[in-house]
Amino acid sequence: MIEITNLNFKYGKQANLFDGLSLSEKAGNIVGLLGKNGAGKSTLLKLMTGMLTAPKASIEIMGETPFDRLPRFLKEVYFVPEEYELPASKIGEFVKAHAHFYPRFDSEKLYQILIDFELNTKNSLSKLSYGQRKKFMIAFALSTNCKLLIFDEPTNGLDIPSKAIFRKVVAASLGEDQLVVISTHQVKDVENLIDTLLILDCGQIKMHRTIWDIAEKYAFITVSQLSEGETLYSEVAPGGYKVIKEAQAASTTIDMELLFNAVVNGVNLK
Amino acid sequence: MEFKDPKGIFQQIADNICDKIISGEFPAGSKIPSVREQAATVGVNQNTIMRTYMELQRENIISNQRGIGFFVTDNAQQQIINMRKKEFFDMQLPEFIKQVKLLNLTKEELKPLFDQLNLNHENK
Repeated sequence: MIEITNLNFKYGKQANLFDGLSLSEKAGNIVGLLGKNGAGKSTLLKLMTGMLTAPKASIEIMGETPFDRLPRFLKEVYFVPEEYELPASKIGEFVKAHAHFYPRFDSEKLYQILIDFELNTKNSLSKLSYGQRKKFMIAFALSTNCKLLIFDEPTNGLDIPSKAIFRKVVAASLGEDQLVVISTHQVKDVENLIDTLLILDCGQIKMHRTIWDIAEKYAFITVSQLSEGETLYSEVAPGGYKVIKEAQAASTTIDMELLFNAVVNGVNLK
Repeated sequence: MEFKDPKGIFQQIADNICDKIISGEFPAGSKIPSVREQAATVGVNQNTIMRTYMELQRENIISNQRGIGFFVTDNAQQQIINMRKKEFFDMQLPEFIKQVKLLNLTKEELKPLFDQLNLNHENK
């Protein structure tokens, strides 16, 4: 679905942000895009959705060049940015005005997700709080049934119960022909929701693997003392040290924060 | 040390299904929740659930009837009990023995525990 080949990109006269970046993603997955501030996450999302222009033929999404912004491309892509304004219209009015652009829009699904999120309002969307606006946009995005759904920090501003509801509605909603990309710093919010981990650092892809591949190869454990040799990465923790080792028999929970820190600190996790 | 660390997501989902099979909530021959239902209930990726189901299928605990769903096999309960016994002897018991040695526990100190275990067994 996403084919990025040898992408070069820079803003104005700055140094290259992306220098020969390549990435391929297939439908049927939920990708977690992690990276420090300034790593290039938002730029990558904007390039994929056609909000920024990339050199010719370096990005193809569903066979289209995003920046051409053809209707047949745009009707299959929905991007929920981190911040946005909503118009002074009620939910029904908003749906009436926007749902037409998405041929498989499912309004029953929308209202069900709004019920799940306990967002029941007759008020104008512009009067909603940040968290409520987020809930509405997540619900709307999932209801479009677009083939490519992109969320930038979707759990920011969501209250604690809503984060679990977010995982449930996304996990239940995804079809085999859809791809979801979630860019986030809140790894705990999405750790069991994603199946592919994509770590971007300084404009480069530092890790791109499925979680079962990671779970099979590495163990994430707490030890009271560090033993030489077998530790791939460690951090001080209340119980001693959190470490990444080669996996033994039983699989452990992937500690994504620890994994992320290991990767951006240059640890070679083959 | 590793014993205390939380199990991976695949194992957690598998254990949950197995618990329900042993308790009788999912009897032999019954249909377990579909991948999508399970994903919606626990908020976990459908591919992750599917992988867990494939693993349970490989262990002969559930079987797939194409287009219909996953069903508990006839000898699933026994299969799970065998696996858990193995896990008990391979993982939990060695850890217990390690602690007994570390704390220098005596026969007298442990006797009430074993008495209780025997009693429970007789009651059964």
